[in-house]
Amino acid sequence: MTAPYMGKPISRVDGRLKVTGTANYAAEQDPPRLAFGAIVRSTIASGRIATIDTAAAAGASGVVTVLTHRNAPRYAGPPHKAMVDPERGEKLRVLQDDRITHQGQPVALVIANTLEEATHAATLVRVTYSAAPAITDIAHARAVLPTQQKTDQGERQSPVQQRGNPQGALAAAEVKVDHQYVIPRENNNPIELHATVAAWEGDRLTLWDKSQWVDNVALEMAAIFGVPPESVRVVSPFVGGAFGSALRTWAHVPLAAMGARVTRRPVKVMLSRREMYYGTGYRPHTTQRVALGASADGRLSAILHEDEQETSTYEEYTEAVLDATRFLHSCPNVYTRHRIKRLNVHTPTWMRGPGEASGVFALECAMDELAVALQLDPVELRLRNEPERDEYRKLPFSSRSTRECYRVATERFGWGRRNPEPRSMRDGRWLIGWGMATATYPSNWAPAAARARLLPDGSAEVSSAASDMGPGTWTSMTQVAAETLGLPMERVRFTLGDSRLPNTPPHGGSMTMASVGSAVQAACRKVRADALARGSEGNDLVAAMRRIGQPVEATVNATPGADAQKYSKHAFGGVFVEVAVDPDLGETRVRRVVGAYGVGRVMNPKLSRSQCIGGMIGGIGMALMEHAVVDPRNGRIPNANLAEYPVPVHADSPPVMDVIFVDEHDPHVNPLGVKGLGEIAIVGIASAVVNAVYHATGKRIRELPVTPDKLL
Amino acid sequence: MHPFILERPTSLAAALAFRAQAGRNDAPAEYIAGGTDMIQLLQEDVRRPDRLVSLAGLLDRRIDVGPQGLRLGAAATMAEVAAHADVVRQYPLIAGALLDSASPQVRNQATMGGNLLQRTRCPYFRDVGYAACNKRNPGSGCSAIGGENRWNAVLGTSEACIAAHPSDLAVALVALDAVVIVRGASGERALPLDDLYRLPAEAPHIETVLQPGEVIAAITVPAGASGLRSHYVKVRDRASFEFAVVAAAVALRMDGARIGEARVALGGVGTKPWRVRQVETALAGSPLEPAVLRAAAARAAEGARGHGHNDFKIELMQRAIVRGIETAGEHA
Repeated sequence: MTAPYMGKPISRVDGRLKVTGTANYAAEQDPPRLAFGAIVRSTIASGRIATIDTAAAAGASGVVTVLTHRNAPRYAGPPHKAMVDPERGEKLRVLQDDRITHQGQPVALVIANTLEEATHAATLVRVTYSAAPAITDIAHARAVLPTQQKTDQGERQSPVQQRGNPQGALAAAEVKVDHQYVIPRENNNPIELHATVAAWEGDRLTLWDKSQWVDNVALEMAAIFGVPPESVRVVSPFVGGAFGSALRTWAHVPLAAMGARVTRRPVKVMLSRREMYYGTGYRPHTTQRVALGASADGRLSAILHEDEQETSTYEEYTEAVLDATRFLHSCPNVYTRHRIKRLNVHTPTWMRGPGEASGVFALECAMDELAVALQLDPVELRLRNEPERDEYRKLPFSSRSTRECYRVATERFGWGRRNPEPRSMRDGRWLIGWGMATATYPSNWAPAAARARLLPDGSAEVSSAASDMGPGTWTSMTQVAAETLGLPMERVRFTLGDSRLPNTPPHGGSMTMASVGSAVQAACRKVRADALARGSEGNDLVAAMRRIGQPVEATVNATPGADAQKYSKHAFGGVFVEVAVDPDLGETRVRRVVGAYGVGRVMNPKLSRSQCIGGMIGGIGMALMEHAVVDPRNGRIPNANLAEYPVPVHADSPPVMDVIFVDEHDPHVNPLGVKGLGEIAIVGIASAVVNAVYHATGKRIRELPVTPDKLL
Repeated sequence: MHPFILERPTSLAAALAFRAQAGRNDAPAEYIAGGTDMIQLLQEDVRRPDRLVSLAGLLDRRIDVGPQGLRLGAAATMAEVAAHADVVRQYPLIAGALLDSASPQVRNQATMGGNLLQRTRCPYFRDVGYAACNKRNPGSGCSAIGGENRWNAVLGTSEACIAAHPSDLAVALVALDAVVIVRGASGERALPLDDLYRLPAEAPHIETVLQPGEVIAAITVPAGASGLRSHYVKVRDRASFEFAVVAAAVALRMDGARIGEARVALGGVGTKPWRVRQVETALAGSPLEPAVLRAAAARAAEGARGHGHNDFKIELMQRAIVRGIETAGEHA
């Protein structure tokens, strides 16, 4: 046997490719005879195209063709629907008719020989519109109950949930807080822009795409173009960040394929940064009310949590904003109501920690406000309301390490030295504040398949359609495979990001390690057992393979067992933040973040720490900077760039980011005992920052981001 | 991007001869130096010149510090000036404003002349999806008034435009009475930097008094600005690589414990770099006492007008002035 790899801080197996620029991303594919597509986008939010004049564009240098709703091919089949798509509504069918539902909707695709010719000709397309009244002012839009709601774990539930008598308990509570919290729209801003290269050979389509789920892209393209799914191949070995934006198949993907089909040439469509704000999703604006009631000794007696979230007119996007509220803290009387606002905008989508990042923000700010009202330490408040089981699902937790997370994080942070009085801690001119929050995210597991193939030379090839948008799938799967096979890592080659490989669920919802990892482990176990049985060399796999003299292969589909339904399965954490606030100029800088997490087995502490500090920095951006401004007059996003939409730069990253994984052995979540990490890493951070800002200044900011103007 | 011919003249005279309308904002030809702003404007279709006239190699990049003061060649990069030992020692306000600007990569590329002539960050100017922008399409209206205008100016605005000037460097230079040396076909002229910029008034698309075919060749700062106690205060939403929400350039000559002479200019709040001489007058002879400084800084608000989302800047800019004076005063 080789040394164990699982749990070891192994560097990225694809690191060299990435730092030498030889890891090729979607936009870097240049097949022969490539043409370039540039999208013309609507400048109204609602109405119809009145006239569209493409003559100047068609006549411009290098232009191959211009597609509009007048001449574009019709979608062949019924719409494809996947678990990443909103349950209700129909996704955008581009260039199929003259209807406009939102700003930035594609109205034409210009295809030319060069990128420059395409983008120039796109500016020559003249479109006039018959504008219709548009709903673009979220402040004045009507909130309605969604038709239905599906949680991250696939459960259908009513948008209104209640246990006990929350209203009565709140009215009777000795201490209560009741406030509104607002999170503005935040845009997924991965460094790699979305891009697709499409090439047809007869009825066979190959797409190089930025994707977190190649299988889904393939199925959707097959449906749109009326070809068998096996005729579509989607390749996406490297993804330069996505945060959820590459889970769905956005309009530019079928546009590239449509352009390629019409021109009989490969077509590349790359979005600009500005286009990313109109075509690939965002965390929706939420307005949340949280009311908490408690006894004078700090026992929660009532939680009322209502939220309103923006969605488009054509799809009913919802996320599990309120799910954590129902079980994170113990409380007999809980009311949650989820509503949506249908606006003339494009559909929101999953952005890191979807649902929980928003809902836990409001809940954990409210918990801090309650702690202040009770004159109780915020950690102590949480300890007094630590549930013994999931009071919503009425199931035991598969594991829950919140107490241990608080213990180790407070110790590391030095929380015991905290003076609870606001404005009591200073460093020169700066006001210092310490705040904390609890974090949680569901441990998802979906069916996934993997193939393991042993070769006579004692090496192995392991593969799965999976994706790696940054967390390190390439590496962690190699670790699992090598350890399971009992081979050195350098003898195991793992491949991902190709729809021809065994199917996987989306690379999101923190389920890749659990789902794909379980499949890789099962496939490797099976192929090893098969080879050893055939090789008759005892436990010597290399000798067995030499003797067999030909490849041995196993493909296994790993599916969650019945055990999965017996537990409430979530990762938990405690995050602690130190901020410094300039009391005169209102600038807030985060100096320290300490996060302790109970996430089951940690497959690779090095990559996991990277994932967590990325989440912390993302949370700082959410707390202090990010705001996709939607112009209420017309639905445009004036700051659709990276200058006026700030995200943290290095100078904003705290000098201290401590990530602690508490020991947690969870035999119930999945065979690997992993709970997932990518999403929880951002959950709670923004609330901890806001709570720290309150501690520093005595000012409670309930609308993100906490910019200087709000602290004057 | 609109197709253009890149002209790479080998002499400044030839570059100026391309003048056509070059230098004016609505021109079919434009100059390009470092290109850090121009490239963005071209990519976003905000500028659509038929000719792009490169000034590469045609303007000097010398940095001279002497008894006459400071002279910066227009082609000197932000990084070169910020790192120049004599600039750091004698004109720290300029070095500070530069180091608070952009990123190291941008500062390596962007030039002095280009920095002074960069275009506003007003998001409505930069998004051609908005039809109304008087700076981009004269007479089309202003989308910022009545829109999301946190980024916009509170001083020097008009009914036609409330776009803020984006340069930090210009704020420091205006505080120090810098002069620009302008080169045109008919020779050189010098004018105070403060006079280079026009208020938007009725014609916000004409941002400077540069005539077609004129370029900034150099910047001079009088020796009297040397050795002042100074500080550049920049308030922004993140720690680096961001334009100012509010900025204040402050330079003081102390007279014992009192302020002998003060220079104060503001950024992020004006339609041009905004010198506040009434504040300077109020500060002259004052002790470094908070209430006194606060009262003097309050005079910066004279004539200021918020447009909703940017109302807070009127208060914040006063605080920035006070902070700048306090910090400069501490640096004995």
